[in-house]
Amino acid sequence: MPDTSPIPIVPSSSDLAQCVRCGLCLQSCPTYVQTGLETESPRGRLYLMKALAEGEIEPTANVIGHMDQCLQCRNCEAVCPSGVPFGRIMERTRAGILEGNSSPFSWRLRSLFLRHVIAQPKALSIFAAVFRLYGRTGLRTLVERIPGIGERALLAPTMEGRPFTKSGLLARPDGEVRQRVALLTGCIMPHAFGRVHRATVRVLARNGCEVEAPPDQVCCGALHAHNGDLNTAMDLARRNIDVFLGAGVDAVIVNSAGCGAAMKEYDELLAGDSEYRDAAKRFSTLVKDISEFLVDLPFKVPSGQVQATVTYQDSCHLAHAQRITSAPREILRSIASLTLVEMDRPDGCCGSAGVYSLTQPKMSIELLDEKMRAVSDTKASVIATSNPGCMSQLESGLRRHGAPGEVVHVVELLDRAYPDR
Amino acid sequence: MAKTQIISDLQSAIGKKWVLYAPEDLLVYEYDATIERGLPEAVVLPNSAEQVAASVRIARRHNVPVTARGAGTGLSGGAIPCEGGVVLVTSRLNRILEVDAENRIAVVEPGVINLDISRAVDPHGLYYAPDPSSQKVCTIGGNVAENSGGPHCLRYGMTTNHVLGLEIVTAEGEIVSLGGKTDTAGYDLTGIVVGSEGTLAIVTKVIVRLLHKPESTITILAIFDEVDEASQAASAMIAGGVLPAALEMMDKNTMEAVEPFINAGYPPDAGAVLLIEVEGLEEDAREQSEQVQAVCKELSAREIRIGLSPEDRERLWAGRKGALGALGRLTPSYYILDGVVPRTRLPEVLRGIYDACDRHGFRVANVFHAGDGNLHPNVMFDEREPGVTERVLKLGEEIMRLCVDADGSITGEHGVGSEKRSYMSWIFSEDDMTAMKRLKLAFSATDGFNPGKVFPTSKGCGEVSSRMKAAIAKVGPDAYV
Repeated sequence: MPDTSPIPIVPSSSDLAQCVRCGLCLQSCPTYVQTGLETESPRGRLYLMKALAEGEIEPTANVIGHMDQCLQCRNCEAVCPSGVPFGRIMERTRAGILEGNSSPFSWRLRSLFLRHVIAQPKALSIFAAVFRLYGRTGLRTLVERIPGIGERALLAPTMEGRPFTKSGLLARPDGEVRQRVALLTGCIMPHAFGRVHRATVRVLARNGCEVEAPPDQVCCGALHAHNGDLNTAMDLARRNIDVFLGAGVDAVIVNSAGCGAAMKEYDELLAGDSEYRDAAKRFSTLVKDISEFLVDLPFKVPSGQVQATVTYQDSCHLAHAQRITSAPREILRSIASLTLVEMDRPDGCCGSAGVYSLTQPKMSIELLDEKMRAVSDTKASVIATSNPGCMSQLESGLRRHGAPGEVVHVVELLDRAYPDR
Repeated sequence: MAKTQIISDLQSAIGKKWVLYAPEDLLVYEYDATIERGLPEAVVLPNSAEQVAASVRIARRHNVPVTARGAGTGLSGGAIPCEGGVVLVTSRLNRILEVDAENRIAVVEPGVINLDISRAVDPHGLYYAPDPSSQKVCTIGGNVAENSGGPHCLRYGMTTNHVLGLEIVTAEGEIVSLGGKTDTAGYDLTGIVVGSEGTLAIVTKVIVRLLHKPESTITILAIFDEVDEASQAASAMIAGGVLPAALEMMDKNTMEAVEPFINAGYPPDAGAVLLIEVEGLEEDAREQSEQVQAVCKELSAREIRIGLSPEDRERLWAGRKGALGALGRLTPSYYILDGVVPRTRLPEVLRGIYDACDRHGFRVANVFHAGDGNLHPNVMFDEREPGVTERVLKLGEEIMRLCVDADGSITGEHGVGSEKRSYMSWIFSEDDMTAMKRLKLAFSATDGFNPGKVFPTSKGCGEVSSRMKAAIAKVGPDAYV
C-alpha cells in the first residue's frame, strides 16, 4: 500500500494570508456579479473560509450555502494580483467540512455518488446505459415538461451518441511517429461525447501521433477534489500516475479542461505523499490539453474548410486554471471559411461547473441564460468549447431557448477541416 | 443580531432577500480594502432611490446610523460602519440610466462600476476620465463619496471635476436633486457632497461628464537607478511646462511584487520607474513625449522605453493598477498611506519615508502619482504579530507628519475616513473645523450617516481590533490563520 498519510485538509495559513482584500476579483466572479452580495464573492468567501479555519465561525447551513454557491470556476484566481490559490483553499475548506462532524447530508450523498458511481467504470457504464434509455425512450422529454422539475432536468447531460469504448492502441499515424501519446478517456466524455474522443484520436494520428488509451486508467478525481473528497482524489491520482507513467509516453492528452487542470495539479495534491511526490511532479509535466498540445506540436494546418460562424466559450478550467486562452482560438483561426466571432465575456462561466448545474440549478440557469444572450448576439451557429460539462450545459441552453445551432469541442472542428476523415 | 424590530421593518421596506442579519453574513461587511474593521448590525441592498430613502427613515426611527458601501474597495475605511448600525450597499443600483453622447453626459446609479461607464460610451468615442486603480471593480458612488483620483487625474482632475449633478437621499430620508446637466445657479452643493465621505447624504444618481478620447496617446516607461532621480525628473518635467496625462512612479519593492503577477517587463533591478502618458493631438503628443524624454535623459534615466505595443501598454497599466493587491505576494498585510506634498519636495520626503520605515524596521513599497505629489507608501507587516498594528499606525503618523511638515496634506484621494481624522487638526484650525461642522449641520442635525469619519472624535473603530486581539489571544499568533 502506498503512503496514505493524510495531507492537511484545512487550507494552509499561508494560502489564507495571501488575500489582502483589494477586491479586484469582484467583477470576475459570476455569482457576485449576479447577486451583488459580498457573501457570494471570492473575497467574501475567503474571509469566511479564514474565519472557519480560525474557529471564529461554525459551518452553519448559511455558511455552507455560500460555499455551495461557488462555481469553483477560478476566474478570481486568474485576475488576482496577489496570487491567492482560491481553488485549493476552497477544496481544502470543503474537505474540512466534509470530514467534520457537521458535514451536510447532501455533501455526504454527493461524495458517495462520486466515489461509487463516477469513479467506478462498471457502475458508471450501468448508470450511463440507464441514462441513455431515459433519453431514448422519450422519458426525458416528458420529465423536462413537468413544471418545477423540468427546468432542473433540462440541465442533465444528454447521452445519445455512440459511446467510446475502446482502449489499448487506438491509432498509428500513416508515416513517421512524431510522438507517442496516451489519451485520458475520463468518466463522462466517453459516454456523453464519444464523438469527441474519436475526433481527438483522428486528429492526433493525422499529426503523426501514435495514440493509446491505457486500459487501467481511472477517473481523474477532479469532481471528487472539488467537492472536498480529497482522499478519493488522491487515491485516483496515484492510480493514474502508475498507469500513465508505466505507459512510457511522451504526453498525456486530455480533451476535458476540468480533468486536465486537476491532473496538472496532481503534484500539489500529492505534495504531502513522500512516496508519490516525485512521480506526481513528473506526471504533471506530461499532461497537455489537446489544444495546447496541437499548437505546440505544431499541428498541420488543415486543407479543407468548415463553413460556419463559430463563437468560442472558454472553459473555465482551461482559461482560468490552466491559463490557456489562445491555443483553441489559434486552431479555430487556422480553419478556412470558418469565422470566429467573440462573444461578450467568453471566459465567464456558463454555469455548468461539474455537478453545480445539478446541485445549484437556479444560479446555474441564471448564468446559462446570460451566456445564451451573449452567444445569440454573435449570430454564430456553432459554439465551440473545451470541456464536456460546458458542452452539455450549452446544449441545454440551446434547447431551453429553442435556439438552432450546434455545440462542439474545438478538436471536432479541426477534425472536420482535415479532408478524408 | 437577532431578528429585531428594525430588521422586520427593513424587510418589509425592501424585501426579505435583501436584508442580511445572520452573523456570518455581517462578517463580510466588516472590512474594505484597508486594515480597519467594523461590524454592522444589518446590511441592506436597496434597488431604488425610494428604497434607499425608506431604509434611511427606518434607521433614523430606530436611532441607528447608516453607512453607505459600494464595492468595498475604499482605502480609508470609508465604508466601515465604525459605530455599527446599517450598512447600505449600492451594488443593485447599477443601471446606466442615460447616455447623451451629443452633450457628453451620462446619468448613472451609484452602484455602476467606474469602468463600465467608459465601456458603455466607447462606441461614441467617449470615456469617463477619473480612473482609480480599482476602476474595474469600484463604484461611481464610492468615487463620489471619496472624490477619488487616479493616474490620469493629473491632467483631467478628480471626480469632482467630472460630476455635474447628483440625486441624494438626505438624513431625513428625502430625495433631493443637486446640480444638473447644465450649469446651475446658486451654491455648488454638488461640489460639497462630492468628497464628503458619505457623511452628508447617500447618493442615488450621478450625472457625469464624458470626454472625447484623445487622438493620440504615447506611453513611456523611464527607468532610473535611484528613486531620487525619478522624483526629480517628475518634478522637472512639469516645471518645464509639460503636463502629462499620467505620471506614475513605482519603486523597486513594488516592481518585485508586480512582475510575477503580470510579466509586464518592469525591470527587477532598477531603483524606480516612471510610467508616463502624454495625450492630445498627434503632433502635440509627439512634442510632449520628446520633452519628457529629454528631461528623463538629463536626470540620468538608464533606459527609456517608447513605442510600446497596445498589449505592452495594457500590461504595464494592469501592473500599475494591480500593484496594491500584488503586494500580497510579499506580505500578509500592508498599511497604505495617502499623503500629498508639493512636487518639488518629493525627493526629500521620500528619503524621509524610507528612513522612517528603516528605523521602525518595516519594509515599504512606494507606488504613487508622482505628477501631483500624491504619495502612497505601503508599509508591509504581518497583522498576526501581536502589537504590530499599533507600531505600524505610529509609523503612519510619522509619515503623515513628514508630508504636512513639507507643506503637504494628509490625503490626496483616499479620504480621511476614521484613521486620519485625528490628523485633521494638524492642517485645520479649530475655527476651520467649526465651519465644516456647521456645514454638516446644515445637511442634518443628527450624526446619522457614516459617523466616526472625517472629524476627530473620542470614539474609534475600536470594537474590531479588540475582536482581533481576542482571536489572537485565543489561539496564538501562529494558529491565527
